[in-house]
Amino acid sequence: MSTKENKDKEFIDFAVTARKYKTLLTRKYKQRKFWENPDPMEIFSFIPGTIVDVFVKEGDFVEEGEPIMILEAMKMKNRIDMPFSAKIKKINVEKGVRVPKEFLLFELEK
Amino acid sequence: MSLKKNIKALREKKAIVQKGGGDAAIEKQVAMGKLTARDRILAILDENSFHEYDLFVQHEERNFGMDKKELAGDGVITGTGTIYGAPICIYAQDFTVMGGSLGLKHARKITKIMDHALKLQVPLIGINDSGGARIQEGIGALAGYGEIFYRNTMASGVIPQISVILGPCAGGAVYSPALTDFVFVVENISKMFITGPNVIESVLGEKISQEDLGGARVHAEITGNAHFYAGSEQECFEQIKQLIRFIPWNNNQKARAFEPKEPKIKKSIENIIPSDPKQPYDVRDIIKVLVDDSEFLEVHELFAQNIVVGFGRMNGETIGFVANQPLYLAGVLDCDSSDKAGRFIRYCDAFNIPLVTLEDMPGYLPGVDQEHEGVIRHGAKVLYAYSEATVPKITIILRKAYGGGYIAMNSRHLGADFVFSWPSAEIAVMGPEGAANIIFRKEIMEAEDQDAMRAEKVQEYIDKFANPYVAASKGYIDGVIEPAETRSVLLHALSISVKKVDERPKKKHGIPPF
Repeated sequence: MSTKENKDKEFIDFAVTARKYKTLLTRKYKQRKFWENPDPMEIFSFIPGTIVDVFVKEGDFVEEGEPIMILEAMKMKNRIDMPFSAKIKKINVEKGVRVPKEFLLFELEK
Repeated sequence: MSLKKNIKALREKKAIVQKGGGDAAIEKQVAMGKLTARDRILAILDENSFHEYDLFVQHEERNFGMDKKELAGDGVITGTGTIYGAPICIYAQDFTVMGGSLGLKHARKITKIMDHALKLQVPLIGINDSGGARIQEGIGALAGYGEIFYRNTMASGVIPQISVILGPCAGGAVYSPALTDFVFVVENISKMFITGPNVIESVLGEKISQEDLGGARVHAEITGNAHFYAGSEQECFEQIKQLIRFIPWNNNQKARAFEPKEPKIKKSIENIIPSDPKQPYDVRDIIKVLVDDSEFLEVHELFAQNIVVGFGRMNGETIGFVANQPLYLAGVLDCDSSDKAGRFIRYCDAFNIPLVTLEDMPGYLPGVDQEHEGVIRHGAKVLYAYSEATVPKITIILRKAYGGGYIAMNSRHLGADFVFSWPSAEIAVMGPEGAANIIFRKEIMEAEDQDAMRAEKVQEYIDKFANPYVAASKGYIDGVIEPAETRSVLLHALSISVKKVDERPKKKHGIPPF
């Protein structure tokens, strides 16, 4: 690729410390995941799988350690327990559905 | 029986085996856009140089109806030949014979040719086109894989090992290529994965095509498992031949020397680099005006494009180039570019290829993803590889050499033999803007016109520190040179380093940050 061809490309301003450089991005860089601060009130699936049972309903107050649902993946039934005592605000899945990884399973409120 | 009859019988026997899986299977192979295993070997090697061994090897499996199956050559062709006169040991799995599946005898043919390669001290080329382990043979197939991996490891750093992926390559089969030095893939033909799309879908429910999961492009661009990417098998074979001309037969030798040639591209080097350090350029254009005949063979062209590595020649001798690439991600070091550079440096060191480093980098890539991916451990590979290398090591600082990047890119402190800098270089702890913001924070905050004060202090920093003369005054760089002198300075430095001796403490092996 010659310098002349480069002139036709879409260079972006790329900040490394205080200075911005004109450059191109790689496909992998464009596809990178952005960091989001975890919200303790949101519970995500840690693996893709199937919800084989849900033990609670919206509005329930559940004690820490109580089982919430079973997520079956890799032939293992993973029991998802309540991380701390709180109220179930919203449940986004029901028995029998398949979920991808990092799917918002349910939300809590104090 | 007369000898003539014997010869006739031999020819008939050979003809049957050389047909591989038979006409129907060959037709299927060709319909997929693939050459047969035999044609591939013949296309890679010099004309009439191929000699085949173990043509009549048969499997010994008796279960699952295998006792009634005769498999031509047990699904793999092995032999020796030459590429541009260089001796080569080669094998090619034959997909037309039971899907190129690997049984014990198939594996033993491969390990036999590997043992030859190691004893004869010549490069090994493996052409992979196999459905994987031959399930009927059970543990025998697994034993076969293990014996191949062991030999790949024993041969690593002793003879060049090249893997060509020309078909599916799944499960255990991918690990032999992963242990070798260079992996070649071809668009639409090569597939590599540990668990295929079917397993992933049945176990995890994730739907993905073979191509998206482990196609040629994915491995060339995203994973870095492949070092060379080609649009066709023929193009791939040309790349292999070009590579063979750049590397030595084994670690006791140097690569073949060619007639020294002037660069074909005569462009002025000063016109390639923009004077504004924030503007990009393609560092490959610089390499091409420095190397003999402007011939540069890039390794990992699509992977971690923010660093460029590859082979060129100077004085007719093979040189390994490592160069920051401002065209992509401003040329930063990150996890992938560190892996790429670290591995290439170790390759060159193992095979007596001098290293030339062209430095122009603003630092490490900031980001949570980088930190969590382990940029510390990955970045350390570059430090390790440069420090460990005992081949001649020369650095040219083109523009920016900041902070950790300055140290990492073959600095004097890591054992560089020669470090030269262009007068445009900025060698400092960080970029002038960042440094001025910290050092002159108070002055800038208290100024009436903060922007004007910042600009003034940035200039002050540039004048005082962001130049090559501070490093030169301490002897950390050996000379400040004009860009136009670069080739002649390199040619001299390389030619006087030919007999370099550099001892390392005796040890079993180091523990690089894998």
